[in-house]
This record gives sequence, C-alpha cells and structure tokens, in this order.
Amino acid sequence: MGQTAAESLLDEALGLVAGAEDERTLDDVRVRFLGKKGALTAQLKELGKLPPEQRREAGQAVNRAKQSLEKAIEARGDELGRKRLAEQIEAETIDVTLPGRRHEAGGIHPVNRALDRLLDIFRQLGFDVATGPEVEDDYYNFEALNFPPHHPARAMHDTFYLPDGRLLRTHTSPVQIRVMKEQAPPVRIIAPGRVFRSDSDQTHTPQFHQVEGLLVDRDVTFADLKGLLSDFVNAFFEDDLEMRLRPSYFPFTEPSAEVDVRWRNADGTAGNWLEVLGCGMVHPNVLINCGIDPEVYTGYAFGLGVERFAMLRYRVDDLRLFFDNDLRFLRQFR
Amino acid sequence: MKISYRWLTEWADTDLAAEEVAERFTLAGLEVDSVEPVAPPLDGVVVGEIIAIEPHPDADRLRVCTVQGDSEQRTIVCGAPNARAGLKAPLATLGTKLPGGMKIKPAKLRGVASSGMLCSEPELGLGEDAGGLMELPADAPTGEPLATYLGLDDKVLEIDLTPNRADCLSLRGLVRELGAIEGCPVRYPAIEPVESESQRAVGIELQSPEDCPRYIGRVIEGIDAQAATPTWMVEKLRRCGIRSLGPIVDVTNYVLLELGQPMHAFDLAAIAGGVRVRRAVKGDRITLLDGQEIEPDEDMLLIADHDKPLALGGVMGGLDSAVGEQTRDILLESAWFNPVVISGRARRLGLATESAHRFERGVDPQLQRTAVERATALILEITGGRAGPVCEQLQDQYLPDTRSVRLRLERINRVLGSELDGDEVAGILERLDMRIERKNDEFLVEAPSARRDIEIEADLIEEVARIYGYDRLPSRRPGGRLTLNMPAETQLPERLVRQQLAARGFQQVMTWSFVGLDRLEAFGLNQGAQPLANPLSRDMAVLRTSLLPGMIEVAGRNLRRQHDSFRLFECGACFVAGDTGFDERERLGLLMTGAVSGEHFSGPARKSDFFDLKGEIEHLLERNAIQGEIRFQPCDRQWLHPGRSAELLIDGRLAGWLGQLHPALQRDLDLAQAVFVAELDLASVSRSGLPAHHDTGRFPAVRRDLAIVVDDRHAAADLLDCIGKEVGNLLEKALVFDQYRGEGIESGCRSLAIGLIFRDVSRTLKDSEVDELIKRLVARLEERFGAKLRG
Repeated sequence: MGQTAAESLLDEALGLVAGAEDERTLDDVRVRFLGKKGALTAQLKELGKLPPEQRREAGQAVNRAKQSLEKAIEARGDELGRKRLAEQIEAETIDVTLPGRRHEAGGIHPVNRALDRLLDIFRQLGFDVATGPEVEDDYYNFEALNFPPHHPARAMHDTFYLPDGRLLRTHTSPVQIRVMKEQAPPVRIIAPGRVFRSDSDQTHTPQFHQVEGLLVDRDVTFADLKGLLSDFVNAFFEDDLEMRLRPSYFPFTEPSAEVDVRWRNADGTAGNWLEVLGCGMVHPNVLINCGIDPEVYTGYAFGLGVERFAMLRYRVDDLRLFFDNDLRFLRQFR
Repeated sequence: MKISYRWLTEWADTDLAAEEVAERFTLAGLEVDSVEPVAPPLDGVVVGEIIAIEPHPDADRLRVCTVQGDSEQRTIVCGAPNARAGLKAPLATLGTKLPGGMKIKPAKLRGVASSGMLCSEPELGLGEDAGGLMELPADAPTGEPLATYLGLDDKVLEIDLTPNRADCLSLRGLVRELGAIEGCPVRYPAIEPVESESQRAVGIELQSPEDCPRYIGRVIEGIDAQAATPTWMVEKLRRCGIRSLGPIVDVTNYVLLELGQPMHAFDLAAIAGGVRVRRAVKGDRITLLDGQEIEPDEDMLLIADHDKPLALGGVMGGLDSAVGEQTRDILLESAWFNPVVISGRARRLGLATESAHRFERGVDPQLQRTAVERATALILEITGGRAGPVCEQLQDQYLPDTRSVRLRLERINRVLGSELDGDEVAGILERLDMRIERKNDEFLVEAPSARRDIEIEADLIEEVARIYGYDRLPSRRPGGRLTLNMPAETQLPERLVRQQLAARGFQQVMTWSFVGLDRLEAFGLNQGAQPLANPLSRDMAVLRTSLLPGMIEVAGRNLRRQHDSFRLFECGACFVAGDTGFDERERLGLLMTGAVSGEHFSGPARKSDFFDLKGEIEHLLERNAIQGEIRFQPCDRQWLHPGRSAELLIDGRLAGWLGQLHPALQRDLDLAQAVFVAELDLASVSRSGLPAHHDTGRFPAVRRDLAIVVDDRHAAADLLDCIGKEVGNLLEKALVFDQYRGEGIESGCRSLAIGLIFRDVSRTLKDSEVDELIKRLVARLEERFGAKLRG
C-alpha cells in the first residue's frame, strides 16, 4: 500500500520545517498544516466523510502525522530560538574593558581626614567632642588660661585682633574653659577646630587646625597622661613608636611637656625625634578660674596640630599645599 | 640663648660632651636647637708674626712680608692695609684648605713668590671684619696652631628657652641647671667688692619706684675707651652671638651673659645734673642707639637726667649719652625693672634687644650689686680708671618678695602618679639651690632669687618631675570611669554630610577665613564684614562673610590648571557683624562646573546646570530626612544670575541660596565657564527626623498624566502646591516630566506635563473616582492660574 495522503503531507511539511530559517517561516508552516485552515486540519475534518470502517485507521494516520509535525516544529522552533538568542548575544557583545560612565569621585580634605581619624581614636577612649567660637575674647583665650597680662607667652601667640579687642582664637584651649564653666567634673572632652596666628611662611599658615583634649576628674595623674598619649600616637600611626616627654612651658598646664616621637624612616630604621604634641597637668589656676577645686580634682590637657599629623601620616612635605586646594593634590587623599 | 660649651665647663665640672649636655638640657626642658662648632676646622693655620715688611717692587697695593710661622721664615705677599712689622696674625701655611674652599699653594704675585697667606677674620670663618688681617695679641705664641691658641675646639649650644625660664638666660643660670640635672659640682667665680678710689657720685631719683625699685649707678673716671678688649672676652662674646663693640660695651655684654644682668654705661659728660628714672611724658624725644628717633609712649620708662631722656629704660640706650672712643668718665647702670613696664615696648618699636628680652621675662632682683662689682672689676682691668662709690637707690617694698612655697610629698605623688620619697625630693630641690625646711613629708621651699617662676606648689612639682626625669615617671594605660554620652540619633554629624557629598563627587576644600574687602565688595558680600585690627595683608583684611569668594578662587585656580569639570564643597565658619550682634555660623558651600559626567566614548556629556546643583541639595535634604516644608523660591542676590537663583526655605526660614554665578562676575573674575554655587547653613542639614513606621498599603497606584498650558509667571511649585492641596492624601506624588514652549503654544506661556500618582492605602481606587478628581483639578487650575488643558 502506498503513502497515505497524511503521510505525504507530513513529508512535505517536514521538508518545509527543516528548511525554515527563521521563526516566522516556521510559524507559516505551522499555520499552513496545523492552523484552523491547515492541510492536516482539513484532513481531520475530512475524516467524517470516510466510511466508518476506514475512519479509525485514517484518523490514526492523520493524528500521527499531526503529532510528528508538531514535534518537528517545536524542535525546529527551539533550535531557531537558540540560534536567534545566540545571534542577539553576538550582536550585543561589547568591549567591557571600555570605561564606565561616571563623574570624578569626590573626597575629604586630607586635614579633615586626619582630623576624623584623631577624633575616632579619642571617641573610643570616651572623649566627647566639644566646640567653641573662633572669634573669642581675651578672657577665654588668655586670661582664664593663666596667661598673665603682658606676659611674653602672649606675644608668642601672634594674635589676630579685632578693633574692639576681641581676637581670633590662637588655640582651641578656650573650649576647655567654656566646658568647665558649664559642666562639673568629670570632664572628658576633645575640642577640634580652626585656630589663627598672624604668621605666614614655609612652615606656618595663618590658619590651621588643632585638637585639644581635656580630662578632669579625681585622681588624674601625669602617669595617665603619658599612657593615654602613647596609646593615641601608636593608634594614629598604626605603629609602635618610641615616645618621650620633654619639660616645656604652657601657662595653662603644669607640669607641662612637649611630646616627641622617634619617627621611622621609609626604610624602617629609626629616624629623628619629632615634636607632635604639647601637654601637661591642668594648672591649678585654670581650675580655680572655672570654679573647680584643685585640691579635689586634677586633670590633664593636651593639644596637637592636625596639619602636622596629616603631614606625617600622608607624607606631605609642604604645609602650604593643604591650603592651595589644587585638585590634583587633593585627589590623592580619597 | 647661645652658650659656649667650654665656658659652661669652666664653671660646671662635667665629663659630658657638648652633644650630651645638649641632650640633658633638652630633656630637662631647655630645648637645644643646635650644637655647632665655633669655627670651621683650621688645620694648617698657625699664629704668624710679621718679622719684616717691604714694598712690592711692581705693585703699590701689595707688600712683601717676611713671616715667622711654625719653624721657618717665609715670604708672603700681602695686600692688607694693617700689615706691619711686629703684627701677629693667622698664617695659613702651604697645603692648608681654608673654610671657603681655597687651597694655599705656592704662588707668584706680580713676580714675587709667596708661600702661604695671612688671613682676615672672614677668611677663617671667625668674624665679619674684612678690613684687614685678623690681629692677634702681641703675646700670642708664634707658630702655635690658631685653633689651639683660641681654644676653637669648642661648640656652641643654641637653646630655645621657654618664657618662664629667664633665669637660664645666663651662664650662671645654665650652670645651676646643669648642676641640678647632672648632680655635678659647679663653681661660681668669687665676686669681690671693688674699693672706690674716687668720690665721684651721681644723684639718682626713683620717680617711678613701682617700675624701677632698685637702681645702682657707679661712676668710673679716667678710662681708656680705646683699650682693646682681650681676645678671650671677644671670643666668648662672639661664640654667644655678640659682636665686640669696644671695651665698655663688651664688659656690660659679658656680665649680661655671665650673670644675666643687663647693664648700661653712659658717657658721664652727657648727663646733666643726675639720673631720674621716670615714665615718659608728652614732648620727650630721644634718639636711640640704633639711630631711631622716637617720642616714647607714656607707658614707657625713661632713664633721664635733669634735662632730657638718656635711655629707654631696660630696652636701649640713647645715642647722645653713648660711650664712644673719646669717653673718659662713665656711669655704669645696674637696675631692676619691673617686667610690666618693659613687656611689649621693644616689640612696639620694632626692637629686639638682649636687655628687653631679659627684663620682660624677669631678672634676678638681688643681682644688681654683684653685677656692678663684676663689671667694675673687668672695666678697671681692661681700660684702667678709678671707680667711684656704688650709689644705690632702693624702694624695697616694690621689689618682688622672696616667698616660701609649701610642697607636700603626697601632692607630688598624687599629681604625678609616682611614688617618690621625701629624701629624693629634698635632694632634687637642694641641687636646684632651693632652701628647704622639711617637716616629715612637707617642705617649705625658698627658690633662688633668680627663679621668678616658682610661685606655687605646682611650680615645685614641675621642678621635681623635671629633674627626676619625665621619662622615669610612670605611665598608666587609659582607664577610668566609663560614661555613656551618645548624641541623639537625629543629630547628623558634619562628617556624615561631608562623606555624602564626597560620594556625590564633591571634593572638600579648605580656604582662608580672611579675605580682602575689595573682593567681598566685588561679590556684594561686604555687608557686615568684620575687619581685623592687624591683618597680614590687604587680601586678608576682613573675616569672610561667606565661603563663596574663597571657593570661587579655588575654582578659578583649578580651571586655569586645566581642570574643566569638578564639584567642590567646603564647611567653615562665616562671620557677619550686624546691629544686633555678631554672627558666627558654620556654613556649607557647594560649587559645580563643567560636564555632569566624565568624557565618555558613548557621546558628549551634558553641561551641568542649575538643576544639577538643585538636585544635589534636594538629594542631601532627602537622604538626611530633613524635616519641615522645603521651598525653593526665586531670589535676588548680587552675586547670582538674576534669572537663575533661588533661596532655600525650610519651614519658612532661610536656610541658604543657590544659583549660577552672575555672568558679569564670571567675566570679571576671568572664569572660562559657568559656575553654579550654593551656600547653606550647616545647621539646616544637621537634624533629621526620627523614622516612625506607618502603613504604606498594598493597593495599586493609579497614574494620570496631565498636559496644561499656563502663563510663564506662574511657578511650577505653585501649581504643584495647588494640586497637592486639592487632592489631599490620595496624591502620592506629582511630578513635572515635560516642559514645552514654542510652536502651538501661545507666546509667554508654556506647556507643562504633570504626572499624578494616586493611591489609597486602604483600597483600590476606582477609575471613575480618579476621573472625577482630575476633572476637579483641571477646573481648579484653570480658576487659579488660567491653566488650560493642552488640546
């Protein structure tokens, strides 16, 4: 017996499926054979016209052809889908090494970066940040801090004055006074801020930043001060630097000291002693000026120049670069 | 203070080398800045003697000397005017390398062979007198190496003294200090009174005894003011940084260095009547030794005679009464001046004298008599003469008193955290020449009169700590009571804002707090500018009222340095003086210029504009949940583009401004491109709201877009406000997504496309009710603004 009509339709259809090069052509094939008016569909509809004894066999033949075709179309469809996706991916492929679309990153000024780090360390040690005004009067900047009138120590401060006698604070120490007048001991503060001296050369700028620390409580000793500063310096520089205290003079502390650290050269060898801090035990007159009894309470204070720490930490060799604000310089400290 | 190491060891018996002494001083609080040799190496330079001298046959200026050196005689051609037979002068022998680098070789000068060189001071690095050969005393041993003869194997310690340690501004003080630190024996030269040989005295009146409670004068008659100061003294002075200026001045300077007492010598012939120590009055005039003619202020102290001022007391002598080469009789002054009347006066006159430096820090009030005896003896030795009696005027009650200070051992250890014992403390105090009375663990201490800095117990505790050694004192790791002091959650630290801005591409800058007034005027920011009384320069004459001028300067500088796109910010105080007071406030400045993003292969980047800057501010406010009604409204600021400037109001309060820098200003400042700037009160972005959850609903939102045509004079913000009020809670968001002017739109009007997003948290909105809302809204916008739906 020869091919049934269904089988020959199937042969034709399979040929077309195999030849379909895109999904639309393939769909055309589906419609042509399997659609509502498709050739195979028509054969199914024709079945009713056959004698009942042939119907079953013919029906099976048509259904077989239909299923075969459906399967072939699906398989071809998958194949074409994969191909299309592959082509799409091929077409969409980019050079991922080309740069992204962005704007220049911003950054924190290196002095502020160092300051943030300094404050983090002291916060961990339980110090609260306190601030005060930059325009101060003589009382807070000098008198309450035990600078005698006419004393040469005042002249050393190279103060900027306003015509009415007020001044730009020469250190952040006035914050000590402001806090101690407000708050009874224990006082544990760190006071960052801008300070001013009328001095401008290679190693001095008329404006710079200081951090001043103050701790007043019962039984605070010079030993506590030494321990604190040693921990602080090594935390800041992430090192284990040799430190020494040298007696010095500040009107508002006694005993007073300057703190040197033995700097480490780039090759790891011990370098010079570098002065990094001033400190001392709070002078009894300062406590008295703030209404605190020096027989009951003692305290220590320390102060440092933030620019100096930034220079050491980030190996900046010229102080004035900080205030030149050249973007190429600043962007190194992101 | 400069001091010769050798001079120091004449008085202090120590084996320490100069560098070791420097280290000890530094660690005891006398910071030694440098230790330098007093002279360069002078190998090959010996004491030479000119035996004979003849004119040069072929040169008028040159002479041919026969010079005795170490062993042999040699011929040296020399051009120095003071070369003469019998002169002793430094001889650089053949092969010597001079400090300047010159090597002495056999030479022929105008045909005469010369083997060696006779030297001047600068040729040896020993002084500045280039006028001729350095003259050595006649008794200098010929042939001895010069370095040996002058004791040049010495170093100079330069000490940077703190202002409290005036007592160390002398050899005597430094020796006492070294003795205390090292515990080494020290000896001070015995100073005996010099008998008077003449009766000549001068009347002294203390007319301002609080300023000068002690004044000692002594006449010395018949001196030879042309006598040469001995080499040893010249050398000591030189090493301590003082030039020789004639025997009398040299002696006063010597005593100043040795004992710490500034002295002065007057030419007695210039003194009319007697000496009056008084405050200056109007009309006083005096020419000082440096040639400066001044009219002293009334708070300055004068040494005057009965007619005129002679000297500015404690600061500088007068020219007319100065000792000169012709002076025969002198009056020596040794006085104690109160620091209060000296302090700052020299500085005011642009002077810095050794005398004022010491008096303003405080001289030993018991030293004057010793000093005058010492000076008298030295002067008589050098210049001859007859000393008169010591004339002293004293108003004891105005001299600082010597007081005893109580010191408790327990207090020492409580302040230092140490465990010192009483004997240790007593030993330290005694080494410092303190007189102590000890009762168990308590001391009554009297400091030497030179120690003006010892007034209270804390001063003594510092002394004990200092001499004991800061390094030997204990150290204790941080501890103590823990207290929790957490800032409010809603308090935004400045650091957070800075980091957010940095993350948005802004680079922090730091500019000066001072600015030139003219610059502020150029910006129109001069209102309330606070001038400084003593600015560094015109460019830094007033305090900044705004961060803007500084930031613009930075922007200009960077634009000129080939950066064309950047964002800057600065945080800092600005100062405005007003009728109601002085306002110091932390401000936040922002600046943007150039492209919004970097150059990219995909296409050119858009230039940033007003809305980029505004967006950054909106972002900052939103990110930090700044509370309150936020409004941007057009404003008028002289430094901003009038059509592109806004002020920011938060709950109706001015929080800042933003806009494009005024094009005229941009042109005047020579900026190549538009710059967008803003400034906010930092406080306005420093407090956020505390989040509190409320139901956001699960029901879908409905969006409707509305295109309306409206007259330009109506601000978009007003339209959106009106929409918000009309719709109420159902409006989740209203946004302008298109703006169009031009064809099809009446001129003077614009079309705005507004997206409206509605949502009810408790149910799904029905289309019909949204339609109803829109209808109402359109009617309302028409009524309020004459807005028409775009056809």
